[in-house]
Amino acid sequence: MFIKTKIQVEAVSKGFANDDGLLAVVDDLDFKVGDGEFVAVVGPSGCGKTTLMNIIAGFLAPDSGAVKIDGVPRSAPNRNGVLITQQGSVFPWLTVRENLLFGLPDAIPNREALAQEYAELVGLKGFENNYPHELSGGMLKRAEIARALVVKPEILYMDEPFSALDALMSLRMQNELLRILAKERHTVMLITHDVEEAIHLADRILVLSPRPARIQASFDVPFAHPRRVSNPEAQALRVAILKELGVELV
Amino acid sequence: MKRFSKIWPSVVVLAVVVGLWWLAVLLTHSVIFPTPGKVVLGTLELARDGTLWEHIGASLFRVGAGFLLAVLFAIPLGLWMGWVHGAYVTLNPLFQILRPISPIAWIPIAILWFGVGNASPIYLIFIASVFPMIVQTTSGVHTIEKRYLRAAENFGVTRKKLFLQVVFPAALPQIIVGMRIGLGVAWLVVVAAEMIALRSGLGYLIMDSRNAGNRYELVVAGMIIIGLIGLLLDGIMRLLEGMKNVRWRYVH
Repeated sequence: MFIKTKIQVEAVSKGFANDDGLLAVVDDLDFKVGDGEFVAVVGPSGCGKTTLMNIIAGFLAPDSGAVKIDGVPRSAPNRNGVLITQQGSVFPWLTVRENLLFGLPDAIPNREALAQEYAELVGLKGFENNYPHELSGGMLKRAEIARALVVKPEILYMDEPFSALDALMSLRMQNELLRILAKERHTVMLITHDVEEAIHLADRILVLSPRPARIQASFDVPFAHPRRVSNPEAQALRVAILKELGVELV
Repeated sequence: MKRFSKIWPSVVVLAVVVGLWWLAVLLTHSVIFPTPGKVVLGTLELARDGTLWEHIGASLFRVGAGFLLAVLFAIPLGLWMGWVHGAYVTLNPLFQILRPISPIAWIPIAILWFGVGNASPIYLIFIASVFPMIVQTTSGVHTIEKRYLRAAENFGVTRKKLFLQVVFPAALPQIIVGMRIGLGVAWLVVVAAEMIALRSGLGYLIMDSRNAGNRYELVVAGMIIIGLIGLLLDGIMRLLEGMKNVRWRYVH
């Protein structure tokens, strides 16, 4: 089956100046993400994953190379691809409803109904008029996902989205994400250090090398959803990925 | 009941202070320094003949006018200085020089420019409260977390929306802190300003009571009323901090 390319990363390099000169963070990176594909990028901490994500989402310009979305070079962020980060960025001074309405232009008809629909989709019905500080960490994540989805982006950029949650809530949110993605297909790029999370969610997993980040290996995840990370094939994949990351399991 | 258990220690302290004051006056047999009882009688006398309300009204009017002018000037300016780096580097040094000058030092110039009417104290209050509000508003904008600005950038909103739904509400908690400080200083200054020249206001009441026959019970009554009104004004500003859309900044 032929899949259209959604995100194309072409020879992207990025370095930052430090005391010893230039520190290469991302080095000559090339890969593609297909339309509707869920790609996870795993790598050791400090390997430049977040820098890479910021470049792809348009917040940071690469020193060389280009990022193309639908074949068009991207230079600035826009609402076609929404970034969700570990810290989150739900505005604490707006209610859940106001947060959801934030990205919707005033000209859009029935924005209120749309906001309501997405609040319900993520399970925040009844909390539309609450302020973020009145919500739990998991609910805050739901609000953030709803705010991203309500503007109908084609791409979701997720940078360690669930890392700040406890293990149980993280798992629950992974399932929530899969449930939502089954309803509306998006192209997703996930950055994570959690190999099991990547296996649970992604269609394909890219393993980055230590800094400067290069693609060290690529794994397809051929298992149908719902997945059991405990099944033997998934465990074999996990062992293989961890080995790439320099962790031998005995 | 829970409320009561929270305030009773301060009530006890107040009672002890008043008791010691009373005792000290009795033991020293002072003829001029009043007992708390005389202060209460003096206050009642002023309240009955209506002069107390005139003085309070006059002081509150001056504070209200000067403070409101300062709010209207400081908040837009502070937002602009916080958002536009060039405005900040250009104007901040000027304000940093003006800020430490006590408003009292401005009194001669205020009299020169505005005479001895209401305009002088209003100007002094403006001067006193405008700088803390500029500083707090500017820093409120400067300390907006980058992740929020990024989110706004991501959704590609209009400048108007960026300002109304991100920059202003993000800075609002600190603007309110600035307003609290500003109003506190304004009240401090109106009394000082009224001591100099005018014919009304609580500051005038204090000076006049001493000059016209050493009525120290009225001096102390004036002082206590100033304190109580100051407490009340701060309480009103605190209500602003309880607004739901700013509480995020204070709860953590």
